[in-house]
Amino acid sequence: MKILVCISHVPDTTSKINFNSDNTEFDTNGVQFVINPNDEFGLTRAMWFKEKQNATVDVVNVGGPETEPTLRKALAIGADSAIRVNTSALDGYQVAKELAKVAQDGGYDLIIAGRESIDYNGGMVPGMLAGLLGASFVNKCIALEVEGNSATAVREIDGGKETLSTTLPLVIGGQKGLVEESDLRIPNMRGIMMARKKPLNVVEPQGADAETKAASFEKPAPRGDVKLAESVDELIEMLHNDAKVI
Amino acid sequence: MSVVVYTEFEEGKFKKTALEVASYAKGIANQMGTSVIAITFNADDTAVLGNYGVDKVLNLKEEQLNTFVASAFAKAIAEAAQAEQAKVVVLSSSANSNYLAPLLAVHLKAGYASNVVALPTSTDPFTVKRTAFTNKAFNHTVISTDTKIIGLSKNAYGLKEHEGAATEEAFSVSLGEDDFGVKVENVDKATDKVTIADAEIVVSAGRGLKGPENWEMVEEMADILGAATACSKPVSDLGWRPHSEHVGQTGKPVAANLYIAIGISGAIQHLAGINASKTKVVINNDPEAPFFKAADYGIVGDAFEIVPELNEKLKAFKASNS
Ligand SMILES: Cc1cc2nc3c(=O)[nH]c(=O)nc-3n(C[C@H](O)[C@H](O)[C@H](O)COP(=O)(O)OP(=O)(O)OC[C@H]3O[C@@H](n4cnc5c(N)ncnc54)[C@H](O)[C@@H]3O)c2cc1C
Repeated sequence: MKILVCISHVPDTTSKINFNSDNTEFDTNGVQFVINPNDEFGLTRAMWFKEKQNATVDVVNVGGPETEPTLRKALAIGADSAIRVNTSALDGYQVAKELAKVAQDGGYDLIIAGRESIDYNGGMVPGMLAGLLGASFVNKCIALEVEGNSATAVREIDGGKETLSTTLPLVIGGQKGLVEESDLRIPNMRGIMMARKKPLNVVEPQGADAETKAASFEKPAPRGDVKLAESVDELIEMLHNDAKVI
Repeated sequence: MSVVVYTEFEEGKFKKTALEVASYAKGIANQMGTSVIAITFNADDTAVLGNYGVDKVLNLKEEQLNTFVASAFAKAIAEAAQAEQAKVVVLSSSANSNYLAPLLAVHLKAGYASNVVALPTSTDPFTVKRTAFTNKAFNHTVISTDTKIIGLSKNAYGLKEHEGAATEEAFSVSLGEDDFGVKVENVDKATDKVTIADAEIVVSAGRGLKGPENWEMVEEMADILGAATACSKPVSDLGWRPHSEHVGQTGKPVAANLYIAIGISGAIQHLAGINASKTKVVINNDPEAPFFKAADYGIVGDAFEIVPELNEKLKAFKASNS
């Protein structure tokens, strides 16, 4: 089985979010970038398929040279090779189109993406990618097994979960649950050394257009100070008369 | 030209989010001077949609669509939207709508903005405000395609009633085996509980509760308030509560009217998931807990004393105010 894991390069979860002076761009100053947490679960699940079912695992990112350390980290975790589509990520549609080209050229059976990136939270790349490829699609995937050409997946629904069966090629939007958090891989020294020798192929984009544009950004208005209640009675009174929520 | 809205009909009625997206679609239709057409599947009675601004309902009666299958639903909505020359298609942020929306975008070659929180600030260029960076910021997004798809954040717009009646039309689509490539084998749903996704009130607790055996008082509060229960990440990692209750940047987003956090410190990753909630209340024994800086109301004290007392007094309050 050939697996492609889509890796989004995102500000780490503790980042304070700032924008440039005219609020048109995210300010990357002092921001650490990491593998998108949802993708990390997918990458670890892919390593399981590699070790237990002899799958090959490639990782891909659409982005400039600055995303290469993130791809190297994925190689250090155990991916066989990496592909970087050499263009800035503009919106979900453009990224999905560029990824579809890579997926088609490589003839992958299983494509694992995260249900959303924690930066723009579009939640659209995996679904659009599946749509463009005409592949099966499971979103919010929390468990996945593959046997030959068949797959069984579990997805989260509002208030529960649902078990699905389908055939390859399959695209999933994955998340926590695909593997246990305690099983997430951290690159070790040997992995880091080996990653240096693994191929990181830079391919030129096909020039897909974006359909949406993040024109400007805004931070939420600062909130007033918390109102502290001295007693439970006072808290109920505040929630009823002041906030009007009970 | 029209605004098409997908209204989810489940377990014999329209979901509350369906009425919210209908209200929102009416808002856009007013801005654009056009009408609202709802699409729904196998609804028994569609009259209620008229009260939320829908002019016409395309009710697709198709047994195969009794169970949700994203690819088939996406194709059916796409055909309806094309037939009605939709300029804008509005969906909710339910798990199912989030699942089908990107597939729909490919069918319609449409730009899609998810997590939208308000009516467009301009319809030309078409600009909407959406949350980004997991609620740590907003992003004004311009959609440049002819047809636009909007995923509306829960509770962001609210319900707006209208005087009006919706006409119903039958609608059929051509679905083939290919559209059902993913088969539902089994659904496991807790039907008697309010879910985080639909809840207006969420009662959430963290590691401060010390162990799973102490959640009874949290569930009791949720019962009294008709709320859903939630938790912080370590609590689900420790297996005290199911993963599906984990709220935050790597868990579920909560956009409730009232979020009550008990024994949760207020780490940035947790706050990111709840920023979209309107009123936040914190119960914590540490006056320095970061959550107090992000909250509207709070009480400093031991959860094991405060929560039982609060439950008793909320019960009494509810009894005398209902
Ligand atoms: C990559 C990454 C992603 C993450 N994503 C998330 C996420 O999505 N959601 C999330 O929640 N966290 C997330 N975290 C974890 C986050 O950083 C915090 O560790 C977590 O939110 C803390 O949970 P807590 O507040 O329940 O526990 P603690 O930090 O242990 O805090 C417990 C709180 O309870 C209070 N307390 C203790 N006893 C009592 C008592 N008797 N009465 C009242 N109060 C009491 C304490 O004062 C303290 O404030 C993430 C971390 C990382 C690294």
